[in-house]
Order: sequence, then structure tokens, then C-alpha cells
Amino acid sequence: MPKQSPVPDDFSKPFWDACNEERLILQNCTACDARRGLNAIQYPPQPTCVRCGASDTLEWQEMSGRGNIREYCVMYDCRTRLLQADQPFNIACIELEDDRSVLMYSHLPGTPVDQVPIGAKVELIFEVTPATGQKIPEWRVVG
Amino acid sequence: MTTGPTQNAPLSMYRSKDGLGVWEHRGKVAAVGIGHSPTARRWDETPETSLGAWSIMALRNALEDAGVSPDQVDGLVISPGSLGEPWSPRPIPEDFANMFQLTDNPNDGLSQMSAEFVLKNMPELTNVNFTMYGPGCMSNAICVAAQAIGDGLTQTCLVLTGRNNLAGRYGQYGANAADTVSGAGQFTAPWGPTGPTGDALSFSQYLRKYNVRKEMFAPFVVNEKRNGLMFPEGFFAQHRPEEVVSIEDYLAARWIVKPLNLYDCDIPMCVSVAYLFTTRERARDMKQKPVYLLTHATTKPTFGIWQTLEGAEASTDSTARKLYEGSGLTPADIDIENMYDGYTTFHNYYLESLRWHGVGKGDALHFYQGDISVEGPHPISSSGGNAGSGRTRIWMHTDSIQQLQQRAGRRQVRIKNGRPETAVSGGPMPQTGDFMIWGTDPD
Repeated sequence: MPKQSPVPDDFSKPFWDACNEERLILQNCTACDARRGLNAIQYPPQPTCVRCGASDTLEWQEMSGRGNIREYCVMYDCRTRLLQADQPFNIACIELEDDRSVLMYSHLPGTPVDQVPIGAKVELIFEVTPATGQKIPEWRVVG
Repeated sequence: MTTGPTQNAPLSMYRSKDGLGVWEHRGKVAAVGIGHSPTARRWDETPETSLGAWSIMALRNALEDAGVSPDQVDGLVISPGSLGEPWSPRPIPEDFANMFQLTDNPNDGLSQMSAEFVLKNMPELTNVNFTMYGPGCMSNAICVAAQAIGDGLTQTCLVLTGRNNLAGRYGQYGANAADTVSGAGQFTAPWGPTGPTGDALSFSQYLRKYNVRKEMFAPFVVNEKRNGLMFPEGFFAQHRPEEVVSIEDYLAARWIVKPLNLYDCDIPMCVSVAYLFTTRERARDMKQKPVYLLTHATTKPTFGIWQTLEGAEASTDSTARKLYEGSGLTPADIDIENMYDGYTTFHNYYLESLRWHGVGKGDALHFYQGDISVEGPHPISSSGGNAGSGRTRIWMHTDSIQQLQQRAGRRQVRIKNGRPETAVSGGPMPQTGDFMIWGTDPD
């Protein structure tokens, strides 16, 4: 499916540059990480940590590229022009294995419409967006 | 006249935290007037039906309804946005420019309403010295106006919001029509989760978690549509009075974002609505029976691309706690339930968190199988909401006031012999919104 090309800005440029190298990196707050003893990963990228508000404790961390399908719906009447020719299509929410609280959207390429196996394992792939060639993260069911 | 540009209300005016206790101005602020404009599906681009014209009409109607002269008004609170497409960069229509005093904002009076526009074009408002914005929707503006009156910033205050729907398919302009996306949308828009996607995801989760079926939700939507047809100020009562929606119609409707279909989504439209609020003392002398604000509450969004069902339920639980704490009331005290429904399934989370008529988690769809009509013992959402009357985010407030004043016409509930004493209303989203409890008794 042809997706809109994201236009990076100052704080999202590392994320999109990494996508072009087919790596998924997300922000981790080292201060919150230390306090919680867990990853403090956030997505979408933000100028500051959404938990503590600090800007100087965010570092980019590479993700494993593994996750599960948390939930899905089927889009029949989308406002985004580029996607309308492919309606209906799946919109799934993927929870990352690295931090289950982090959710990312996916069209689940290769999975038939409305036949989405909730809970199934997914793996990271990258798609090229037509307008600028920017690569974008996607997910497909494993196996 | 007010001086300086009108500002958004400071965060301190909203009651967004748990543990604030009973609202310090409980029963000290009253709604005493309601003013509506006509409705339309889309703007016909004549100045007489513009957002500006209809907003002025609504404000004057609210004053007339309250029996208050314009010079008695000293405050104006507006929710300035219009939800839909902005008019600019189109040129300002010449006939519109000839009819109104314009401001520097090319959208003013066309797809946005400023205090400056109102005051320039309503010269009869000679004593307004307090203006403020409550952005988002009428629910926000009500909280701001109520707090402002309670705090003594204004005594008699008009509260306004308006919606304008321009020609063309709603939302399919600007960034949605582009090949690239920047800003916050760069992490979501490529997947197209516009409109009710988030709630479609949450409702999918709800159906599975509580082992209920989409079909069980149909009676709620059918009841919303029925109540809407009994709302003479609403879009469907005015323009499509024959459009009775049956359970079969609902179940056969085309999908928008499965599991949400056409009837789960509110129809964009044009309307302006105003209320007149004043102090408890002044309200005693006014034409209409005062309806008192017993509290207001605000819930703020959490971070992430989708809140999840658990997140939605946590947010509406928080809203309910704040409303009951601020008003000093309990679930058993609430007669009228008018929580937001645009998209329809929002209503389930509100209802269950408020525990209205004993509805608990996962119970809402079972509850809808009983008599939920305005004539019955459980008159849910007596306004019919956005589903019943169109995308405005106001019907729940107008109906709450009218029900407590016993002037809701065919929608007047029968409980308590048609004399309900309390109401809860608010919205828009479960995860973020502004809410209030109304009462006939200030004490």
C-alpha cells in the first residue's frame, strides 16, 4: 500500500534515518529507566520524556524488531487520499516485545483483510514510501 | 469593552485532579438561557447562514430566552474552533465582508469565532469586560464560564460555540490529501487511522473482553436516533424527520471502521449554540428556572498512539470520581445521563464508570436490552447526542438544562413525574474532555 512519506524534523530525524538503514530505534529515558528498573521507551518520539519531562536524558535505543498483535480494526472509509484505493484494509496495533506499553500501527501486509490473528507474533519489515523514498516501519505475521 | 486579545483559559481554571473535594462554587453558578441557530448539512456560502451570523443569532436567542438585556452581560466565553475545514486560504466572500465587521483573522466568522468578532458585530453588548476561550468544544467553555463566574471574574456570561461544515467530504483536505506528512502526524498518518479508528480498536477489545456482540449495541444507537428526532433544534428533526433508524438498519449500515459503522459516526453539520450563565443571586430574577452547576471536571489525555480499552476505562473512571467528589453526589443521585456519544461507543465507558442505574464494567450492552427510552425507567442519553442530532458536541448540555427546566418537550423524561433534579453531561473523548453535573437545587 502506498503510504504518505514522513517528513523528518529535528527531533525525529534520527528515527527516520535509522528506518532508511532498516533499523528501528526509539527514545529511552535513562533517568526513568534507572528509577523504574525497566525500559522507559516512548513512541512517537517527543522533544522531552513524557514521564519526567527531561530532554537531556533521552537516548536512542535499537529495538528487537519483534512484537505481537494487540488489536485491530478494518478501515473502509479513510480520510487519507493515498490509502483510499486499497480500502478496506487492516489497521493493527502492534505491542513491542521490548516494552509492551509501546504501540505502533501496522497494515499487516500479507494478512487478509479482517482475518487478523490477535496475539500473533510479528516481525519488523520496512516499506519504501513513494513520494520521497523514505522507508517506514511495518510488521508482518511470523510463520 | 474588553481590552487586549482574548486568551485561552489557564489550566488552573480546570478541575483535572482527583482529591480536590467539593467544588468551592457548587450551586453558585446557574444556566438561565439557551439559544440555538438553525442547522444545515453544509454551509451554502451566504452571509446570512455563516458561522458568524448564526453565532450572533444564537447569542441573541440565549439572551431572549433568559429575558436578559444585552447591557446586563459582562462576560463572553467561546469555544472558538469549528472542528471542520478552515475557510482560509479562500478569499473572504464579498457579501460576507459587506455584512460584518471583520477581524485580522481570515477565518473569523467563517470557520472560527473570536470574541473580537462577536463584540464588533454585537454593538448591543456594551458592558462585556471579560472574555476568554475554552478551546475544543462547548464542554470546555462551560467549565471555563462556570469557574469564571464562581471566581468573580464575570457576573452574567454568554457561552458560545459554533460549527461550520464546508462543501466537500469532511476531513479530506490539507494533510490528508497530501503525499507527504509532517509534524505529529508523521508517526500515525501513513497508516490512515483517521476518524473513529481509536475507538474502533477499543470497541473491538471491549466486545472480546466482555464477551458481548456488536448486535447488542444496536438498541442504544436506535434510541439515540429516536431521541434526536424529538429534538426540534437538531439536524435530523429539522431536515430528515422521516429518517427513523431500526435495529435492522443499524446492522445493515456500511462500515466506516469495522466494528464501527455509519450510524456510529456523527454527521458533520452547521449550527451555533449559546447559553447564558449567571450567579445564583441574579438567576433568581430571570425568566427561566435556573439550572445550577454542581461541579465541573476535566480529564486529560495520556500519551501514545492508542489509549487501549484499559486506558479509556481508566480515564472515564477518573472523570466519574472527580464528578462525584466535586458535586458531593453519588451514582444513585443522578437522574439525567447525557454523556458524549460521537463516536457512539464512547458512551459505554462513561456509563459504566458513572455506574448510572447500577451499570458496571462490561454491563452497558446488556443494559441496553431493557427499556432505555425517555418514557421508561432508564432514560439513557435523553438528548440523543451527536448520533441523534449531528456533530456539535452540545446536545447533551442543552438537553440537560431543558430536562431540569421541564421544557424538553417530547423528550421530557417520565422519571420523578417528569421533574428530574440532576443531570450529568460532557465530552468529547473518554481519554480527554470536560464534564459537569447540573442540579435544580443549588444546595
